Amino acid sequence: MDFALTDEQRMLEETLTRLVTDQVSPEQRRSMLSSASAESSALWNTFAELGLLHMPFSENVGGLGADGTDLMIIMQALGRGLVPEAYLAGLVLPGQLLALTANGEQQKRWLTPLLEGEHQLALAWQEHDARYDAFDVSTHAIQRDGQWHLNGRKDVVLNLAAAAATLVIARLNSGKLALFVVPQNSTGTSSHLYFTMDDQPAGDLTLDNVTLPPENCLSEDVSDALADVLALGRAALCAQAIGAMEEACDQTLAYLKERKQFGLPLSSFQALQHRMVDMHLHLEQSRSMAILAATSLTLPASERDYKIAAAKAYCGESARFIAEQAIQLHGGMGMTEECYVAHYAKHLVMFDHYLGDSDYHLETVSDLLDVA
Amino acid sequence: MNLTFSPEEQAFREEVRRFIAHALPSDISERVRLGRHLSADDHLRWQNILSEQGWLASNWPKEHGGPGWGPVQRHIFDEECAAARAPTVVPFGVNMVAPVIMKFGSTEQQQHYLPRILSNQDWWCQGYSEPGAGSDLAGLNTRAVRDGDHYIVNGQKTWTTLGQHANMLFCLVRTDPDAKKQAGISFLLIDMQTPGITVRPIITLDGAHEVNEIFLDNVRVPIENRVGEEGQGWTCAKFLLTHERTGIAGLGHAKQALRHLKSLANRIHHRGKPLLALPSFRQRVVKAELELMALEVTNLRVIAAARDGGAPGAESSLLKVRGSELRQELSELTRRALGPAALPFFPEFLHGDESLDDAYTQSAAASAQYLNRRKLSIYGGSNEIQKSIVAKTILEM
Repeated sequence: MDFALTDEQRMLEETLTRLVTDQVSPEQRRSMLSSASAESSALWNTFAELGLLHMPFSENVGGLGADGTDLMIIMQALGRGLVPEAYLAGLVLPGQLLALTANGEQQKRWLTPLLEGEHQLALAWQEHDARYDAFDVSTHAIQRDGQWHLNGRKDVVLNLAAAAATLVIARLNSGKLALFVVPQNSTGTSSHLYFTMDDQPAGDLTLDNVTLPPENCLSEDVSDALADVLALGRAALCAQAIGAMEEACDQTLAYLKERKQFGLPLSSFQALQHRMVDMHLHLEQSRSMAILAATSLTLPASERDYKIAAAKAYCGESARFIAEQAIQLHGGMGMTEECYVAHYAKHLVMFDHYLGDSDYHLETVSDLLDVA
Repeated sequence: MNLTFSPEEQAFREEVRRFIAHALPSDISERVRLGRHLSADDHLRWQNILSEQGWLASNWPKEHGGPGWGPVQRHIFDEECAAARAPTVVPFGVNMVAPVIMKFGSTEQQQHYLPRILSNQDWWCQGYSEPGAGSDLAGLNTRAVRDGDHYIVNGQKTWTTLGQHANMLFCLVRTDPDAKKQAGISFLLIDMQTPGITVRPIITLDGAHEVNEIFLDNVRVPIENRVGEEGQGWTCAKFLLTHERTGIAGLGHAKQALRHLKSLANRIHHRGKPLLALPSFRQRVVKAELELMALEVTNLRVIAAARDGGAPGAESSLLKVRGSELRQELSELTRRALGPAALPFFPEFLHGDESLDDAYTQSAAASAQYLNRRKLSIYGGSNEIQKSIVAKTILEM
């Protein structure tokens, strides 16, 4: 048993912390959000220079072979700074799915430029009537005269506008799930773009008889790879939430010490001290769950999914508790756009809506309770 | 013991329900239903309808032009308004400053201001909180210095709800800096047109412009605009904060929110079954249902005591704590029920006139409302302050 980071991991953590502190202040973040464009941002270029775009991929696809702990360090730092870059949605998730399914040619066309920072991608796995179930897919694909034809609709596709192409899960007549790469602006696609409540660029993608050549089909049986990638994504989201929880707790504690009412700092009132302790407890318990998730990625699928579902459910509830208390303890200030902690709170509340909420994951844990 | 309403009360409920069904403009109730923001005009249209019916000032006695209802009727009226998705009457004039003017104001003030409130001629806003005086309201620093027959007012107020529409401000100011904290405070009525007043919007985390900061820079206020004696402001403020707060639980809103949640969770499907059948979700809805049942009876107990002549005191703090927690939980469950559909944020639809496809309208407000409802446990005395009041007043700790 060893919870210590390696020297390399400690260096990675320090580098990222410095990067986020220097380049993603509240003001910088605001201007990054308002100038969001498809072109790579300066920060993304820095990610590329630091090797962060290669890091989460295995050596056999040209990556650096980072493990779950490395990814946790990265995501935690990004969460701590509320970094508005689609590292997970635009790089890690679609990239891993490519790495698991694409042939050499397809990797060269889509994965290599991704790792080189030349383009970003998106992953469309979610559908309106399926709620959080990634395997309940109505989008349909059929092959006629050598071409693929796709019809359906995908909801809340993160990074949709900035992606050179979107990976789309579709059901075949055989009942199996297939994976396609749909280039931006393909004939038959239309997007309704928006920002999510926590400021992430996203959109709904409609596929109306989108015709694709055979080489755009990455896999005709993607279920296992999709399960792997969703597990990775959930573990990564937990780590990101830990970073945001840390920051929300730190900012709240600082506010309690600084804000005076009735002639005393708020931190001297016992009721508020205990609430702050509860926040801290939620954070530490969640951190343990995020570590559990990050170190479970290499386990057999059923054991992995059980632990990661438990972590995602646990962190989802804790994130909300911390968000709500951060607002409450900041009083009216915590309700304002101007107060930075409010943005952490928004992110921590909406965190539960990505890749399955705590009800969804509790159901998984509950289903596996007796066999685990 | 008997928890049913009397035949007269039930007939009254029917009368209110019929009136609202007929009189409430459907475009306004639709905006409330979708959680879109109401314009000043929306508020005024509805309040003018109520005013003509004689029901705007539901808490006023007949002598001042109110309907002379008791607490039970007011409760029924509030419930029916919420159930029909009527806008909440902007409380600052009719429910807040008016009772203070009735109790402490001069005859001239009563004759001047009360009819104007009743006819929606004046839109009042509240100047209580300051950047340094929130929970510790008596720590306020806005200064009013006598200059002949005027006060010169300097300072800053904050969290002024809908102040952007207001033409009148009631304001707590410090007239005697040497007196003990509460004793040096006076209650002023200020015309928002007076030179030196600046209103600055505060945008909340749901993107809404609901509250404002008000800067007062050498604002000249006539002495006759003071309510009560100099130094009596804290008495006025305390009276206002404890006056007839039997509706503070927001029971009508909670009931409406729970009805909406249940219908939503029955319509939304999860793995082929209604979401309401998912055990972890259902259990939280059931808990909310129980909390609402208990709160309703607790509220009726307080209302009955008020009807029988008891003045509700710290009980209203209990109602506020539980009522706000329940409404927050319901907004949380509504957001959760929508799942991924709660993620997209359409501020131009919620706060402006932009239209949106039907597929989005039903879910558009859920996350914004969840965030907005966080204010319920903060404003009007935070829940922490309410609990301290209960500890001190009821439990004598």
